[in-house]
Amino acid sequence: MGTGAARRNRDPPSGVDVGTMTPDTPWTQNTLASRRLDPRWWQIGCLGSLLLYGLFRLGFDVSPAQIALTIGTALGVQWACTRALRLQGFEWKSALISGLGLCFLFRAGSIWLAVAAAFLAIASKFFIRWNGKHLWNPTNFALALLMLLGVAWVSPGQWGSGPTLAYAMVCAGGFVVNRSARSDTSVAFIIAYAVILLGRSLWLGEPMTIPLHRLENGALMIFTFHMISDPKTTPNTRMGRVLYAALVAAGAAIVAFVLFRPNGPIWALAALSPLVPLIDHLLPGPQYEWKRPATGHAPKGTQHEPMDGRTRNFTPGSAVGAASS
Amino acid sequence: MAVLGISLLGALSAPQAHSFCGFYVARGDAKLFNKASKVVLVRDQDHTVLTMASDFKGDPKEFALVVPVPAVLQRGQIHVGDPAAVDHLDAYTAPRLVEYFDPSPCQMRAEEKAMGNMRAAPMSQKASADAARERSLGVRIEARYTVGEYDILILSAKQSSGLATWLAENGYNVPPRAERVLSGYLKQGMKFFVARVNLKEQTRLGFSYLRPIQMAFESPKFGLPLRLGMANADGAQELFVYALTRNGRVEATNYRTVRLSSDAEVPEFVKDEFGDFYRSMFRQQHRREGGDVVFLEYAWDMAWCDPCAADPMSREELKGLGVYWLDAPGDGGGPGAPRIAPPGGGAQNVFVTRLHVRYDEAHFPEDLVFHETGDRENFQGRFVIRHPWRGEGECEGLDAYRTQVRARREKEAETLADLTGWSPERIRRRMGGDADWSTPQEPRPWWDRVWGSPVR
Repeated sequence: MGTGAARRNRDPPSGVDVGTMTPDTPWTQNTLASRRLDPRWWQIGCLGSLLLYGLFRLGFDVSPAQIALTIGTALGVQWACTRALRLQGFEWKSALISGLGLCFLFRAGSIWLAVAAAFLAIASKFFIRWNGKHLWNPTNFALALLMLLGVAWVSPGQWGSGPTLAYAMVCAGGFVVNRSARSDTSVAFIIAYAVILLGRSLWLGEPMTIPLHRLENGALMIFTFHMISDPKTTPNTRMGRVLYAALVAAGAAIVAFVLFRPNGPIWALAALSPLVPLIDHLLPGPQYEWKRPATGHAPKGTQHEPMDGRTRNFTPGSAVGAASS
Repeated sequence: MAVLGISLLGALSAPQAHSFCGFYVARGDAKLFNKASKVVLVRDQDHTVLTMASDFKGDPKEFALVVPVPAVLQRGQIHVGDPAAVDHLDAYTAPRLVEYFDPSPCQMRAEEKAMGNMRAAPMSQKASADAARERSLGVRIEARYTVGEYDILILSAKQSSGLATWLAENGYNVPPRAERVLSGYLKQGMKFFVARVNLKEQTRLGFSYLRPIQMAFESPKFGLPLRLGMANADGAQELFVYALTRNGRVEATNYRTVRLSSDAEVPEFVKDEFGDFYRSMFRQQHRREGGDVVFLEYAWDMAWCDPCAADPMSREELKGLGVYWLDAPGDGGGPGAPRIAPPGGGAQNVFVTRLHVRYDEAHFPEDLVFHETGDRENFQGRFVIRHPWRGEGECEGLDAYRTQVRARREKEAETLADLTGWSPERIRRRMGGDADWSTPQEPRPWWDRVWGSPVR
């Protein structure tokens, strides 16, 4: 692993890879690390609640069969790929998160396309990789690919734009990203996008109710707090993530106001994800571990080596994922 | 004084599919609503054909239409349509009422097996301004046409204040708030399509009413500008949008699209006041959803309908509304077509979506934006009445049937009260007036059967 064994005992908990702990690791580190719950539990809770709210309050167009098949396929493909590649640990939580995300975003004329989406999402994590990280947020990859093929769509209006809903989702999403220590991406994205929307409306002389209405959109909130925040597919350093988030916000605005197409954030994220390796190359930092949420900043007194595929095990279990995924 | 605004009105719809075995008896069309605009939106890729019909009933001199358009339109891109085709499409997609008749309970047992699988499945239902003045205001008349009974100008402007002044000087009633709206559209590079009635032409053509204006253009923008109309409006306006697309249902991307209630069983008297029912039901649902949603009232593959609330649209009508792809090889009603083709043949590769929007500035701050989905599932706003059997006879099942009918009527009354917000007392009164022995009443308690009449 990137953190050398020789300095393990000096690292504070946030700098220790829990997966490589040895029996001689000081007890305080073990205790502190184990107290930090895997942030994916919180994501599963949030996404599951949002799905139930969507189904029973907002009347989403998604059948129980589609939900079952999507989640079942995601878990099945995760398991099969783990087995086929002889990897340790079946990371079902990550697959479940990807499946839940697809349930409330993915829409298609055939239920089998939902199965295909779940398959593509999970498979992309295992097979489209660069330097030990998967390139695309799994959910985003499947959505963008199938929308590009013209066989699926996302209904950005389905959440409505009630301020209450937006507020609730900000809170829930904020909690999730805080747990996974990647709130900087979400915050940078929403600030950048808000600045663009407000600036455009000011330039056009529109009343502020217009950009506010756009910012209250439920789909935008879900993207912000459950998709772009994916710690496994964002740059490793805070500076990199802020840069990346600003680029995605600009891309989303171009899709919406130059190309006049819906789902700008999803398209922009898919188009810009391949930039992450470049940003990581220019701004190196340690990779994220689900079991050890960290901001990517090296603790004072420690020297983190840039992570790359050579020094790190291939562990899609922990490398999968994501929130929104 | 002319009216500045945009005649845009909306529509309603509901989900459906499968077979239908009731009888269509009534429909609720857009005429039931005041200040309603009807817009037919034909969309394929970036091609749009817009047909705008308003319920303007005043002096034609007072009529004016101002619509932001993405480019300067050529003469051939503007047309005047047939109002009958728009009305026909409105009727074809309107929410509908169907009725069923109960069979004799004395024969029910025999027919039960046959009827077992026949549940009603969800169904898919002046511009002569001085040139120098124009220049000083920064307004430029890009084109000037007379099409049918309309004089049409395509304007561009440098400043919204100049455009507002020009419009005011030319007899258009420009509300103060509209100038700001005009500014936003101008900065986006949009032009203004301005139409007024040419009375001489109207007299020559012999029309006593205003025909819908149509325009065809190519633009990635897929939506409807509401804001200019709202600047001119007092209170909420109704908009019915009939989208005709090649692939599937159309929905809003910046507002929730909600299906209208459908398939509810309602009391028999609704047949006589379906219009009132539809208005009340829409008002109630609009309020419940918070007033900021778009209602889907009908989404259907136009190759067939079931039940058909009006005769199917002919190919000529659809072409007149702008469905240009009907001429493509393989389209149209040839071999290989509809499973349940309506008489006269349905149009293939045309999917109709009827959306109904009641909008005001507080709930619809931005213009409507749409996208076409791949969803081809049929949906229609459909309501059902079931007539009880009122025959004479005596048989073992009759008491049970009457009890069942009373329970059903109670349920229908509750459903109607919930859908419309009408008072239960009014509903009960109306229901009582059209029935005899099956008037809703409290079911007889079990103990009443033990001792019979109370002891005196």
